[in-house]
Amino acid sequence: MDYRLNFDAVWRSFDLLLSGLALGLGLAIVSIFIGSFIGLIAAFAMLSKNKLWRGIAVAYVTAIRNTPILVLIFFTFFALPQLGVRLGKIESFVFTLTIYSGAYLTEVFRGGLIAIPPGLREAGLAVGLTEWGAQRWVIIPVMIRNVLPALSNNFISLFKDTSLAAAIAVPELTFYARQINVNSFRVIESWTVASLMYVFACYIIAAGLRQVERKLAIP
Amino acid sequence: MDVAQFLHEFWNARGAIWDGFQMTVAISALSIFFGTLLGLFVGLALVYSWLPFRFLVRIYVDFIRGTPVFVLVLASFYILSVIGIQLTAFQAGILAITAFCSTHVGEMVRGALAAIPRGQSEAAMAIGLTFRQTFQSVLMPQALRQILPTWVNAATEMVKASTLLSVIGVAELLLATQQVISRNFMSLEFYFLAGFIYFLIDFSIERLGRFVEKKLAYC
Repeated sequence: MDYRLNFDAVWRSFDLLLSGLALGLGLAIVSIFIGSFIGLIAAFAMLSKNKLWRGIAVAYVTAIRNTPILVLIFFTFFALPQLGVRLGKIESFVFTLTIYSGAYLTEVFRGGLIAIPPGLREAGLAVGLTEWGAQRWVIIPVMIRNVLPALSNNFISLFKDTSLAAAIAVPELTFYARQINVNSFRVIESWTVASLMYVFACYIIAAGLRQVERKLAIP
Repeated sequence: MDVAQFLHEFWNARGAIWDGFQMTVAISALSIFFGTLLGLFVGLALVYSWLPFRFLVRIYVDFIRGTPVFVLVLASFYILSVIGIQLTAFQAGILAITAFCSTHVGEMVRGALAAIPRGQSEAAMAIGLTFRQTFQSVLMPQALRQILPTWVNAATEMVKASTLLSVIGVAELLLATQQVISRNFMSLEFYFLAGFIYFLIDFSIERLGRFVEKKLAYC
């Protein structure tokens, strides 16, 4: 074993690594944002009395949750063009991650909606809100606050999943780490720094989201 | 999409896909096996071990959990050969997923043991059981019952994580599929097929998990 640690090559490209980290965060934020809407709609569909809506939502969630995300990424990027849907690398990845997060968030929101006592909706109706108004102004705000911890966990795991974008050459952190590794042969340094960046980013995000949870908690 | 042509190409590719399927099962089974063994020790160490050692194990768990599995796979593949440990891509990949699995199982074990009220250990001690007897006949049976359903679901995560080995050149189901596609260019059909096979594996594991959960619920 004749390997001397030398972080020069990694520090020289540290800006790239940081930009990769930022891109990963951005991808995760966009995906969870759009994914939340999909998840919310699918959660209501799952709890609706209409069998067709329920069937579609269950099929969506079951199919996505039981398929590896890498297969979904490759499917969107390499197979959808055959159907005439041609997306760029980043758009394609965001699309996949959105659909993916939507399925996981459906379960989160569904659990949150079930846990809301029916009296809340009735009280909303009693003060004169419409059915939609009661959902929009009473049920959803309470439910979102209750599921915030689960949302945070989902966001962190989505952020880690953005590393997979490297497989279709989206220039995020893992992509650059691999590039430094291949160009400079500073193998240990590049991967250690990249993992530490992920670990610290996750740690900071988790701490930040915990603050948000505390701020928004129902007193 | 031409069904007859797909069936023809599928017949040609059946050997490659079957080999890939077997490889996926082998990777998943080995990582789950070793990961669970290691994870049991991790969990016990997190609860019972000497404080400085517990701290080290905690760092190991947080570091592995904060790093994306994809980065673990790449790092294990690239780093080990540099520091003089010659492993095949297959072995390096299994090592990475084993580490991933061990932290998951470790947290499960820790959580399950922490959920058992303290009074039970105290009661066991009061009737004169040794630590070992307490663990064997009071704590472990309850912890196992709580862990089993979650553990089965973690198994689906390992199957999904096995797809990441395709990137370091292990010919599991996803890479086998990609090789087939590079010959016949039917990306839509064959990515769909791969996704469907993964779905069947994970869906059956998930159903098994629910079955086990129900079995354990009232006994």
